[in-house]
Amino acid sequence: MNGFSLYRIVMAVLAVSGMAQMPVFKRYHIADVPGLAWTADSFLTFRLHYAAAAALLFWLGHRLVRRGAASLGAARVALLGMLFATGAARVIENLPRVAFPPMAGRFLDWTHLGAAMAIGIWALTSVVRKNVKTPSPDRDIV
Amino acid sequence: MACNLLIRGMLNTLKPQSRITRRALFKALGIGGAAALLPERARAAALPDTGGEQATLLDLTRCVGCEACADACREANAARFPEPRKPFPQMLPSGTKPEDFSDRRADTSRLTPYNWLFIQRAQAQGREVFIPRRCMHCQNPPCAALCPWGAASKYPGGTVAIDADICLGGAKCRDACPWAIPQRQSGVGLYLDLAPRLGGNGVMFKCDRCKDRVAAGGTPACVEACPNGVQVIGPRPEIEALAREKARTTGGHLYGLDENGGTNTIYLSPVPFELLDAGIEKGPGKPHLASVADSMAPSNRLAWAVLLAPLAGAASVFLRGARAVVRRKEGGDERV
Repeated sequence: MNGFSLYRIVMAVLAVSGMAQMPVFKRYHIADVPGLAWTADSFLTFRLHYAAAAALLFWLGHRLVRRGAASLGAARVALLGMLFATGAARVIENLPRVAFPPMAGRFLDWTHLGAAMAIGIWALTSVVRKNVKTPSPDRDIV
Repeated sequence: MACNLLIRGMLNTLKPQSRITRRALFKALGIGGAAALLPERARAAALPDTGGEQATLLDLTRCVGCEACADACREANAARFPEPRKPFPQMLPSGTKPEDFSDRRADTSRLTPYNWLFIQRAQAQGREVFIPRRCMHCQNPPCAALCPWGAASKYPGGTVAIDADICLGGAKCRDACPWAIPQRQSGVGLYLDLAPRLGGNGVMFKCDRCKDRVAAGGTPACVEACPNGVQVIGPRPEIEALAREKARTTGGHLYGLDENGGTNTIYLSPVPFELLDAGIEKGPGKPHLASVADSMAPSNRLAWAVLLAPLAGAASVFLRGARAVVRRKEGGDERV
């Protein structure tokens, strides 16, 4: 498995587990589909999101040191940076004996959600553009 | 850019009669949110005068079940009780049910959106024990950690509260709470102004230890109203020491010190909590008294993996390089 495949798989896991942080899988009966009951397990999807985030950040750390930020493109670096900054702050807030003011927690949650949606839209746009012109291997990461 | 569009979209959906104003949202997302991240401002705004977390000790040997605490709670918070719009929106997909307690406001037998504290009764070891029940105010509350919308929060003073102006009523806090404390009332809240048929289902309500009264220099209504001094509130280290001392001198039993990783509500009972748990009526709105493992512990361990992962990824490059150098020196494979 190459690095691009790992990136795609991890981003897919993050997207699904991130969506599962909102109680939509239960509400829309997706969790009733055989084999998908786990999507309504709040703690399982929460831990899965953490684990996938760790994998993504390991990949990012490796990639940035080995090939530099330019290899990812400015847009991707900005969006992933916003996801990382808000996500890491939220992870810290969730630790014992840490409490941010409610307004700050809300700001982090909404910004993280916005960044995730933005990166999803950006990835879809990239897929559409890929069908229009032949991509280089690096452009292929969505 | 897309983030801005999302926020603009959210703002545009807010109607003038909404309880949360555009100005409040701008404040939350912009200046207020950024400023709230500053440590000094945060401390000034959120810490009680004494600093640190506040805890309560409930001495069950003193409780006679008079319900003065529950009455005081209802009176103090009456203005915050939900006034739902009816009929409720027909929610999609069909099968999503509203939860309505507005016709059962006088129900004091359980926790409801109109009753944030109630008295449980248990017969154990030949005596009747009365147990005031409300939010435990966990030190590491899963309801606040798992709320995806930032509606449930832990305050630096140790109080865990749900902002009724923001809550969408998804009830994830109730699912995550080991005692299923928060209770939902449909037909109120922000979801009515966003997508009432498609998302949300009301607002979650629970005890917030009268945080506004406390912020104004008072004490929680239930603590103040008790004629027998069942509850005391103070800095957690002092309350914990008091609880341990009382348990030691009276041969009592403690609940809340370690439950769910530690709570800021500590019960002192003359009989073991296993017996109390067996003796109380349990069910929706009627929480148990069983031992509870720390539900956030596995996530907290993973948190360190998340925070250290970028460094580990960067280090892996250097390790790889170092390994290649060693191989070269040994005259082995030169591939990296």
